[in-house]
Amino acid sequence: MLELRNITRHEGAEIFLDDVSLTMQRGDLNILLGPTLSGKTSLMRIMAGLDKPNSGELLFDGVSVLGTAVQKRNVAMVYQQFINYPALSVFENIASPLRVARVEQRQIDKQVAEVAELLQLTEMLDRTPDTLSGGQQQRVALARALIKKADLVLLDEPLANLDYKLREELRAELPALFAAMGAVLVYATTEPTEALVLGGNTVCLHQGRVEQFGPTLDLYRTPASLRSAKIFSDPPLNSVKVECVAGQLALAGSQQKLEIELEQVPDGNYTLAVRPHHLSREPETAEDIEVQGNVSVTELTGSETFVHFSMADNPWVALLHDVEDFAVASSVKFYLKPQNLFLFDSDDALVEWQPAIKS
Amino acid sequence: MASIQLQSLAHRYPSAPDYALHSMQQNWSDGGAYALLGPSGCGKTTLLNIISGLLRPSEGRVLFDDIDVTDLTTEQRNIAQVFQFPVVYDTMTVAENLAFPLRNRGIGKNEIEKRVADALQMLDLQERANDRARSLTADDKQKISLGRGLVRTDVQAILFDEPLTVIDPHLKWQLRTELKKIHQRFQHTMIYVTHDQTEALTFADQVIVMYEGAVVQIGTPQQLFETPEHTFVGRFIGSPGMNVLPCEVDGSDAVFAGKRIPLNKAIASSAARFELGIRPEHITLSASDGIPLTVTALEDVGRHIVVRGEIEGAKVSALVKDGVAIPENPCVSFDAAHINLYADDYRVGSGRGD
Repeated sequence: MLELRNITRHEGAEIFLDDVSLTMQRGDLNILLGPTLSGKTSLMRIMAGLDKPNSGELLFDGVSVLGTAVQKRNVAMVYQQFINYPALSVFENIASPLRVARVEQRQIDKQVAEVAELLQLTEMLDRTPDTLSGGQQQRVALARALIKKADLVLLDEPLANLDYKLREELRAELPALFAAMGAVLVYATTEPTEALVLGGNTVCLHQGRVEQFGPTLDLYRTPASLRSAKIFSDPPLNSVKVECVAGQLALAGSQQKLEIELEQVPDGNYTLAVRPHHLSREPETAEDIEVQGNVSVTELTGSETFVHFSMADNPWVALLHDVEDFAVASSVKFYLKPQNLFLFDSDDALVEWQPAIKS
Repeated sequence: MASIQLQSLAHRYPSAPDYALHSMQQNWSDGGAYALLGPSGCGKTTLLNIISGLLRPSEGRVLFDDIDVTDLTTEQRNIAQVFQFPVVYDTMTVAENLAFPLRNRGIGKNEIEKRVADALQMLDLQERANDRARSLTADDKQKISLGRGLVRTDVQAILFDEPLTVIDPHLKWQLRTELKKIHQRFQHTMIYVTHDQTEALTFADQVIVMYEGAVVQIGTPQQLFETPEHTFVGRFIGSPGMNVLPCEVDGSDAVFAGKRIPLNKAIASSAARFELGIRPEHITLSASDGIPLTVTALEDVGRHIVVRGEIEGAKVSALVKDGVAIPENPCVSFDAAHINLYADDYRVGSGRGD
């Protein structure tokens, strides 16, 4: 078990990590999700022992490891750039942590064969890394991390430099691979889709602070804050400022009301948000809420349509599951189901609400 | 802007035994938005470098508006280029960086100011106009690179080589749609190289899919999705890609897992291998209707669930929309109107949609 308690790291006025506390179990995959400079790499470097925090505590299985040298910690790291030994064969690349640990040859042969089989590298063991594709090279780096049987495995955007399609294949393979490792796994990514495919737990990071931590799907479905919802949305989250008066929502600064009445929501200013795939062309039930705007651009992928439109001066996008072109500047209407609507208060925290019973 | 023609174009690097690009004949129209899409090593960057003049083809000619430019340098060809990594002058301000390509061309001060202001607004960099480029994040530097490619209106074409690869997902959405808007407004001839299908499909009117140095299909995003001419295109386009299932052909039926699937015509072919292509979007799951599927994994990606499974050893993926129930031991049925038939990887027929 890895515990971070109130970890803070700064250089001068620049804050990299701000009071980060997290507990991660063995066998669990923990995803660090956030944009560039949100603190993902800073956090990993502290976990690995490459950097020291200015304050806070880091414990492994209940014991403080802040004073332990990197070499003495049983940590494996996989980086965005595939790092392999160019002069060594794939076999020796994978075997290298075992050579360092002076494991006997028979044992090395057995373990390398197992790991190579798992990562589909068996055919390539005699080759050198430069004769492999990018995806194969990254699998060699993963195999080396896997064979080390580390207590802590850190993966810093390991698929970012790979082709889109290859990324998709490896993403699907990784969860089973991680489950076999039995280590504390930490995986950094900027991509919400990647977090969703990998599952496990997710830490939403923003400017060095933890916005939210929990099971990946829970975070996606019930984001605790507007920021968390935004980080975890691809295509980007649609949002608009609204005012609530006696349970009635209206767009801020306008008289335009939304056809929904809420219970248990105090009067005040809120942000209403909805994910792009929750907007549809036709209402499906009488309760569906209408929104309208003007089209700025339409993107067609061959099977889906992204309609970008301005909703009370906010950039919104609707994801439709078929192909339909919309003329620029034309007026469009979309519908959303009340249960797919998020409401955040003026501190950007999620607000629980109930639709008012219609009399 | 110009139309671009590639006549019997092929390329072999001097020391290499094989062609990096196999002979091709292309005619790209003036004002079109084209994407070159394919995995690493497919030849897309080689092709782009030949069009830009960074590389001279070993065979064939390149024409801009019917004028042979094969022996002209990049500068003589008058094109704008945006690369994967930012190319900016750190000591200049953001505005100076954007103005630089215009100054080089001797454009008047007022015109430069106007175009730089436009570019700053488009890239959402107004507030940083007078900051030194050195102080910007990698994302913002790449925005400047894009801006420098877009400020010149006198160019023959604008070429993009994976311009959004290093950009964060949210900003990627914003910049991608800006590019699309710019194209709709100015109708520049744009050629965009990428391995990311979403970028290619959303940006381009025509997508050129490349594989092992050859063009395997050119088409609109919808054509590539609905009628992939090669199994590679079917697999490469879509997330997950098209299911390609080994089958047998008997007259005007395909036979898969003991089921007869009517085709649009009788197939007379001596092909060694037949396969059915069906997209995950066009597979329906039910409790008892169709071919039993052994489910191996469910991936909930929020907006839909990817059901992964096997039928007689063949891997099958199906998409189920958010909120739709998945039966415990599902059977699958294929939407006949969206089935394609492949003989040795090339499309030879389709399903008969009654």
